Amino acid sequence: MIEFKDVSFWFSEDETLIEKKDEVLSHIDLTIPKGEFVVLLGRNGSGKSTLAKHCNGLLLPKKGVVLVDGLSTIQTEQLWDIRQKVGLVFQNPDNQIIATTVEEDVAFGPENLGLHQNEIRIRLDEALTIVGMNDYRKKEPHLLSGGQKQRVAIAGVLAMHPEYLVLDEATSMLDPEGRSEIMSLISELKDSITIFHITHYIEEAVDADRVLVMDQGQIVAQGTPATIFNMREKIYNWGLELPLVTETAWLLQLQFPHLYPSLPLRAEELVTALCSSV
Amino acid sequence: MFISLENVTYIYLPHTPFELTALKNISLTIERGESVGIIGRTGCGKSTLIQHFNALLFPTVGKVWIDGEEINKKSPHLREIRRKIGLVFQYPEHQIFEETVYAEVAFGPRNNGMTGSELEETVRWSLESVGLDYHFLKDKNPFELSGGQMRRIAIASILSMRPEALVLDEPTAGLDPEGKRMILQKLKYLREERGTTLILVSHNIDDLAHLSERIVVMDRGTIGMDGPIRDVFSQIEQLEKYGIKPPTTARIAELLMKKGYDIPRGVLTPEELSSEIKQKILMRSHQ
Repeated sequence: MIEFKDVSFWFSEDETLIEKKDEVLSHIDLTIPKGEFVVLLGRNGSGKSTLAKHCNGLLLPKKGVVLVDGLSTIQTEQLWDIRQKVGLVFQNPDNQIIATTVEEDVAFGPENLGLHQNEIRIRLDEALTIVGMNDYRKKEPHLLSGGQKQRVAIAGVLAMHPEYLVLDEATSMLDPEGRSEIMSLISELKDSITIFHITHYIEEAVDADRVLVMDQGQIVAQGTPATIFNMREKIYNWGLELPLVTETAWLLQLQFPHLYPSLPLRAEELVTALCSSV
Repeated sequence: MFISLENVTYIYLPHTPFELTALKNISLTIERGESVGIIGRTGCGKSTLIQHFNALLFPTVGKVWIDGEEINKKSPHLREIRRKIGLVFQYPEHQIFEETVYAEVAFGPRNNGMTGSELEETVRWSLESVGLDYHFLKDKNPFELSGGQMRRIAIASILSMRPEALVLDEPTAGLDPEGKRMILQKLKYLREERGTTLILVSHNIDDLAHLSERIVVMDRGTIGMDGPIRDVFSQIEQLEKYGIKPPTTARIAELLMKKGYDIPRGVLTPEELSSEIKQKILMRSHQ
């Protein structure tokens, strides 16, 4: 379980907050239980990446505490354990790959854990199989597509056997093919590992167990995807947008108010509900 | 005939082990005032193609004409051509280097010898064209602004050269929905109010639906499809063959057709789609 208890953060070195507007995170209370697939939405600058970096102590709260399975990120002697539990994948695939071949890159983490050669081999095979990059293990990372690089980055994290996988806008620089590669990988992983996916693409929240929305450093809404997708006006105020399917259904509802009890999230739902009610 | 390519082939690093044919025998004409979307999977040659539009690359084989003039490395007017056809690269905000927004946008015209009130007027015009407030922003450090604002400043610094055509490579990549909406809206304004020729490279088919009238689909260095947007976007199987996920509206129309609703596949926006569905529902309830 990852817990945020009244967490506030600002970037200046000052211990006390000078101006309210400098607060990047403002009194965040949040619990992510083990096994959940949580999607965090929010416009650029809403504080979502800052929140992500608090999950494994890359940033430390100025106020409040962040606990990972009861370990506080402020206690430096616990950071090593925390970072093994919580793996982070970032936005730009080019900034995360360090080695000259795919398998060296994925093995980098486990090697640093001081694991036995056989164990490293096992973890490498396992991680590359999960992300579907086994055929590319001898390839040079710079020859891969964006989606493939991001899958290698995820494999590098999975090889550390983390309990929580935090994806900090890991899809935002990818083309549509790359994004759907990562989203289908997430749907395969979500039953075996806790996933905290941060994005500004609302359609990536369709399959989440819970959706959180951030704006101006605060969590302004949370609920099931259906609950969040039905808050159309607020969604635009938060700088997000509805998926095309939901937007179409909303337009239809202006004319036929009883068409949808709840706005649909998927094309199939839009069509099925339409055909059964007319 | 504004920009015209005739049987263009482009080879990177010819006669080396790294030789790569990026464009194969491409012929394409773009008229003044058109709004063209170019789409295709990563590595299909889109970026190589658009660099031929403003003489950054020259064909290995074939010919390029821009505004009636055949272009080659020795053409006397390359500078003028690069001014006429403004090219905005991917993530153009990474190329911002000046310390104020004013200096950044003024850089191009100032290099061309523009000074004084004419320069100031050009900077103001360019910033306003992308929906940015001149007085509020001119003395600001561009690096302290949001990603969407930096992107618009980068576009403004191309507009300050008063190009007749704007070629943009993935102008909405990496932006949040609000930033994306703003860019698309401003490009639409430039096209409709200023008559700027627009050539847009994008992976995002739903973005092109708002802006382009003609779509060119690229596939492994060749042109797979080229035609009016509604014709191209309604050919779902063909698009999928070229690795392009069809527009969401076309997929919904397709599902509805299977259920017996006769919805045209060429619908482009949620507004068009919902009004088509409304008509069909009303027709059924009258029967």
